[in-house]
Amino acid sequence: MSVALEGAGWHPAAWREPRARPAELLTGRYWTDLAAEAERGLLDFVTIEDGLSLQSSRYQAPDGRTDQVRGRLDSVLIAARVAPRTRHLGLVPTVIVTHTEPFHASKAIATLDYVSTGRAGVRVRVSAAPHEAAHFGRRSFPQLSLADRDNPAVRELIGALFAEAADYVEVMRRLWDSWEDDAEIRDVSTGRFIDIEKVHYIDFVGEQFSVKGPSITPRPPQGQPVVSALGHATGPYQLIGRSADVGYVTPPDPAGAAAIVAEIRAAQAAAGRAEEPLPVLADLVVFLGPDAAAAQARRDRLDERSGREYTSDARIFAGTASQLADLLLEWRAAGLSGFRLRPAVIPDDLEAITRDLVPELQRRGVFRTAYDDATLRERLGLVRRPANRYAPAGRN
Amino acid sequence: MPKQIHLAAHFPGVNNTTVWSDPRSGSHIEFSSFAHLAQTAERAKFDFLFLAEGLRLREQGGKIYDLDVVGRPDTFTVLAALAAVTDRLGLAGTINSTFNEPYEVARQFASLDHLSDGRAAWNVVTSWDAFTGENFRRGGFLPQEDRYERAKTFMRTTWELFDSWRGDEIVADQESGVFLADPDAGRFAHHDRHFDISGQFNVPRSPQGRPVIFQAGDSEEGREFAAASADAIFSRHGTLEDGQKFYADVKGRLARYGRIPDQLKILPAATFVLGDTDEDAAAIAREVRFQQVSGQTAIMFAEQLWNRDLSGYDPDGPLPEADPLPGENTISRGRASVRMYRDPLAVAAQWRALAAERNLSLREVVIEVTGRQTFIGSPATVAADINRLVQADASDGFILVPHITPGGLDEFADTVVPLLQERGVFRTEYEGTTLRSHLGLDPLPTPAANEKAVAS
Repeated sequence: MSVALEGAGWHPAAWREPRARPAELLTGRYWTDLAAEAERGLLDFVTIEDGLSLQSSRYQAPDGRTDQVRGRLDSVLIAARVAPRTRHLGLVPTVIVTHTEPFHASKAIATLDYVSTGRAGVRVRVSAAPHEAAHFGRRSFPQLSLADRDNPAVRELIGALFAEAADYVEVMRRLWDSWEDDAEIRDVSTGRFIDIEKVHYIDFVGEQFSVKGPSITPRPPQGQPVVSALGHATGPYQLIGRSADVGYVTPPDPAGAAAIVAEIRAAQAAAGRAEEPLPVLADLVVFLGPDAAAAQARRDRLDERSGREYTSDARIFAGTASQLADLLLEWRAAGLSGFRLRPAVIPDDLEAITRDLVPELQRRGVFRTAYDDATLRERLGLVRRPANRYAPAGRN
Repeated sequence: MPKQIHLAAHFPGVNNTTVWSDPRSGSHIEFSSFAHLAQTAERAKFDFLFLAEGLRLREQGGKIYDLDVVGRPDTFTVLAALAAVTDRLGLAGTINSTFNEPYEVARQFASLDHLSDGRAAWNVVTSWDAFTGENFRRGGFLPQEDRYERAKTFMRTTWELFDSWRGDEIVADQESGVFLADPDAGRFAHHDRHFDISGQFNVPRSPQGRPVIFQAGDSEEGREFAAASADAIFSRHGTLEDGQKFYADVKGRLARYGRIPDQLKILPAATFVLGDTDEDAAAIAREVRFQQVSGQTAIMFAEQLWNRDLSGYDPDGPLPEADPLPGENTISRGRASVRMYRDPLAVAAQWRALAAERNLSLREVVIEVTGRQTFIGSPATVAADINRLVQADASDGFILVPHITPGGLDEFADTVVPLLQERGVFRTEYEGTTLRSHLGLDPLPTPAANEKAVAS
């Protein structure tokens, strides 16, 4: 069970709720408090949304609106800022692979893993938005609309961006392995700090970039921090199946969930990873209340304030914690491994998750009642420390 | 009031100053080491902690250089985490302008400044070779004459991004539903031959407006760049005469840019060795020098000057008879210091003269020429020396580089700092919350305030 943290919450009018803290969204205190609340609820991890432009209600374009939260902080830095103030919670910031350097991202996430002693992950995102590309001035993309998605040229572009994302993940992973675990030897007799036989060039050559390596940062505590991605279509499902440790998906119902999971499992098998655990979590936007009517009324009130009905790529749920627990169990039976809940309002819905939903799931015997000392990988059922691809057999 | 001293702590680096063979030497990667040094520096009321950066492991003779500490974590990530375990200490890091884009670096520094409530600082460096560029999609090579130009443009572009928010846009009025006062907040456009970018910056104005700017280059261009744009210089000139010359030179350039001497702090890097008495300290210092320059390290240093494979030489024997290979230094890569040997033949001649005069081995020559510690003595002596240099305008303070990680600053904090405080030349409490405040720099006016001033 995880929570996706975004500003004052996922509903555009969330910041106007009485308990929202819209003037504090750019402070370390705010994010530390949210992480502490998530940890109080014994959640597996939180993701932190990010983007390389102002938030927008329009698809792939700025909207010029002034009635919603605008402006954000770099999510990797937010995760690092809260890491020393939490002990168990997994921390999964977002990295936009289209405009950034895999070498920088790899060492940043490795360092987050050190700072959090084995709780780091990363969510990779692509960006085809022309206005984001203009912030970097190195490539340009056509303005797309949702209707263009089946146009062959657009599919080719999106396909290329996801192929680049797969290369990016491959580079991050090779760099994490570029130091074997015991490369640092501190051998006073020979004066050598490292054994250079155990530090490896990665020699990655791809369409968009080539990276020599090795990393400047030794292999992180988890060996391979958790890589995750959100998908709504075949391109990202391929990326998840081939490259990710965790997938987030947005099915409308259990049947949809089963179909998506099957597609990801097929991609996973095609990539030769059929035996590896690869949890698939469903995203849900949640409005919670003491009774169903109250939750719905709150949703309506928020919609009224923002001037239109809130829509989302993910299924929207409004109801009680108990009803949500029913829904989660029903969806889980469709082959999902868990959920990434998007609180409509922070702190209201975040607290409803940690203080109402979690106890409800505990009563049903399907959620932990205490943290153990697991790393994020272990908590997600992944191999604790995967073998290092560069270590000769028997040396790992 | 006497001139106040500024002090900072440099996390021990990946060079031979750092003695990793000492039993007290801890991890260079684990966060606990960074937290220890930062908390020691904050306990001692230092201005800031500094992290260096290098984006490719160094090589010598085609192999990864393994005699010094190798490896370090990501600068931004460590600094953001340190913001959680300190309250006042400035958080400074080197970030390369060659292998980054202005939009990303600006949002990282603005984020760090927000998350630390105004404690971020940026040491702007530019890289020099395609060697490091092999790790990046941008590649790396720039002709010599373009490097400062691009670095300057890069930094100025980030300033445009920092200033693209005036500082008064976020209203967040829950009642009226107005979050942003201006739909064009963050609007920028920069078009030149290095950067062709436009749009809206997505991090609102941070507490300091922008990070404190450090500059570390020593060249003519570097000094001019600092005089025009930097808040502090991280210099190599730590002795009285040399320091005074540098100090006068750089501060003398400020007027041309409409700035006053106090607006640029000169902070040389300094090493130190403490002992109960001056004699004890001298003995320890000599021992540390031998730890810092092992036989193998001495050969490596000689190779950097000679630009040849000298692995067959005995470090306890004489210097090589052959002359250094002229031309571009190819033996050592990823290391800025080799550029110091602008005339290797002349330097080799000096080394030989020194060896002949004092009957020194290769290793002993390297120990002599690669510099003793800046401050050696009892706490009273070191406090007096530091104060003397600052009061004589050889510097505005020092960036102290301990040779042991992470406890190498503990003794200094406990013994030297109280003596400086007794003399009334170093703070006993932080006065402000931002790094600009610690450095005695006025807050930057916000663009919003500037507009008001122009209008009135």
